Amino acid sequence: MGEPALEVELRQADAIPLHVAFACEAGDVLAIFGPSGSGKTTILRSIAGLHQPPHGKVRVGGTVWSDTDAGIHVPPHQRAAGFVFQDYALFPHLTAIGNVAAAMSHRPRHERDVRARALLARVHLEEHAAKYPHQLSGGERQRVAIARALARDPAVLLLDEPFAAVDRRVRRRLQDEVDMLQRQTSTPLVLVTHDFEDVVRLATHLLLLDRGRQVAFGSLHEVASRPDLDFLREAAGLGSVLDARVIDADVRGGLATLAFDGGHLLVPRRGLAPGHTVRVRIPAREVVLASRAPGGLSLHNVLAGTVAAIHVGDGHDEAVVQVAIGPSFVLAEVTRDALGRLQLRPGCPVHVLVKSMSIEVRGAQNE
Amino acid sequence: MDWSALGVSLRLGFGTVLVLLPFGIWLGRLLAVRRFRGRLLVEALVTVPLVLPPTVLGFYLLVTFGTRSPLGRVFEALLGHALPFSFEGLLLASAIANIPFVVQPIQRGFEAIPNDIRDAAACCGLSPWQRFLRIELPLAWPSLLTAAILAFAHTLGEFGVVLMVGGNLPGETRTLSIAIYDRVQAFDDGAAGIMAAVLLVVSVATLMVTTLLSKRVGAERG
Repeated sequence: MGEPALEVELRQADAIPLHVAFACEAGDVLAIFGPSGSGKTTILRSIAGLHQPPHGKVRVGGTVWSDTDAGIHVPPHQRAAGFVFQDYALFPHLTAIGNVAAAMSHRPRHERDVRARALLARVHLEEHAAKYPHQLSGGERQRVAIARALARDPAVLLLDEPFAAVDRRVRRRLQDEVDMLQRQTSTPLVLVTHDFEDVVRLATHLLLLDRGRQVAFGSLHEVASRPDLDFLREAAGLGSVLDARVIDADVRGGLATLAFDGGHLLVPRRGLAPGHTVRVRIPAREVVLASRAPGGLSLHNVLAGTVAAIHVGDGHDEAVVQVAIGPSFVLAEVTRDALGRLQLRPGCPVHVLVKSMSIEVRGAQNE
Repeated sequence: MDWSALGVSLRLGFGTVLVLLPFGIWLGRLLAVRRFRGRLLVEALVTVPLVLPPTVLGFYLLVTFGTRSPLGRVFEALLGHALPFSFEGLLLASAIANIPFVVQPIQRGFEAIPNDIRDAAACCGLSPWQRFLRIELPLAWPSLLTAAILAFAHTLGEFGVVLMVGGNLPGETRTLSIAIYDRVQAFDDGAAGIMAAVLLVVSVATLMVTTLLSKRVGAERG
């Protein structure tokens, strides 16, 4: 095919200014992260055709959905977009299965019931098929909304703050579920969130949005390890994100060893077992830099690397140092004073020190 | 007891509902979901029969549909008789007098459907017509019921417009409310009392059914 699975370009100046351009491949999870009111939802609505920006192009798998220059605007019901609304927007007069089947008008009538049941089973709701939305919990409603979005056989899945309305425990479970579903399909997924947890847990790609302006766009690893993103630093705190595999779990010491592209990390075991793949985030504030390998520390993680870049923000007393460890990057936030004392500049060898307790480990998955 | 008057009243009630409901759904939904020029004027026109004395409404209807007006002559050619002082004329007058009772509840009903629900229906691949039939209409259904019953009950009780436009022709335009007035004028308090009681019972029963049904729908939806 050669065409990206999803290609979006939007520009508008009025009420909610917007200026973004991005593309996704099959299997990508793109997180659009920004504070409330930054125009995240407008992007999703433009992809679904619910909003018509003054200038814009939306192409999905080579099919043009919107092109303002060519005067093309495919109406929303003719776009294969699965939309999960922030408050789910389930049809209150239809049962769970009725809601799912309502999105199947493109399929022959006799297939719908079987297919709807299969989708409810996929989100573990088969026994709730006959219940009405008001009889379901928040998490269950959200899963019905996801099943309904999948029922459309979408070319792109759009999730608007999907976990905002549920408590933390349910949130973790739903994140796992979305992750599982995503692995089963190759549909690109665009997720809008103001919680960086969702990004770390689910995204393969990240778009930062500040009052409608695209601050950065790229793979999560790349964007999260950029030292110069003052916006991200203020909104969520800097911290590089790495994918790793558990290679050892020491029950007695309570530690697990993770292998990532560039070295090893020791983290608290917390149920991890060899073979699990995990995602780790190393908060830049928790990282200590040393010019020589230190000794006599309680700390487990000492990684040798090279300074790749240094960023001193306008009016900040701190600096962000990007350290290359093999092909991976770790960020460290240090004071300008430390920068001077260690005489750090790009190319310098440096040691990265991280407490195992400071490393955030997300989404243990048995591959 | 004037049974033919009860018959005329019931026929007029059902007829008004039947004529007005499709119009009310169209206009109520339009006012609920669309923003257009002249909306304010349309909303005022919809409400005006509520505040206007029935005599004013009746007067304009007589002028508009009388035998001397062009519109009146069109109707005369179609029906074979003049509109005023006929059942059809009465039905038209009653429909116009009842517009606010039908359009307003329906408008509120469609307004109560969250925009996200409409958007979700579109994203589910439902065409505008399918969205209307399968999502909006079932959700606005209690308001349609309220509108129908309000119009029916109000038609039973209508007096001024009926007197102006329909007159008092037995079996044709003499409704129960006119018959009661007629009997009272003739000092026939017995007949008037029975008919008044019938009207009261029918009206109370109608309103009780509405409340019951809307409560049941409310319980179903949580």
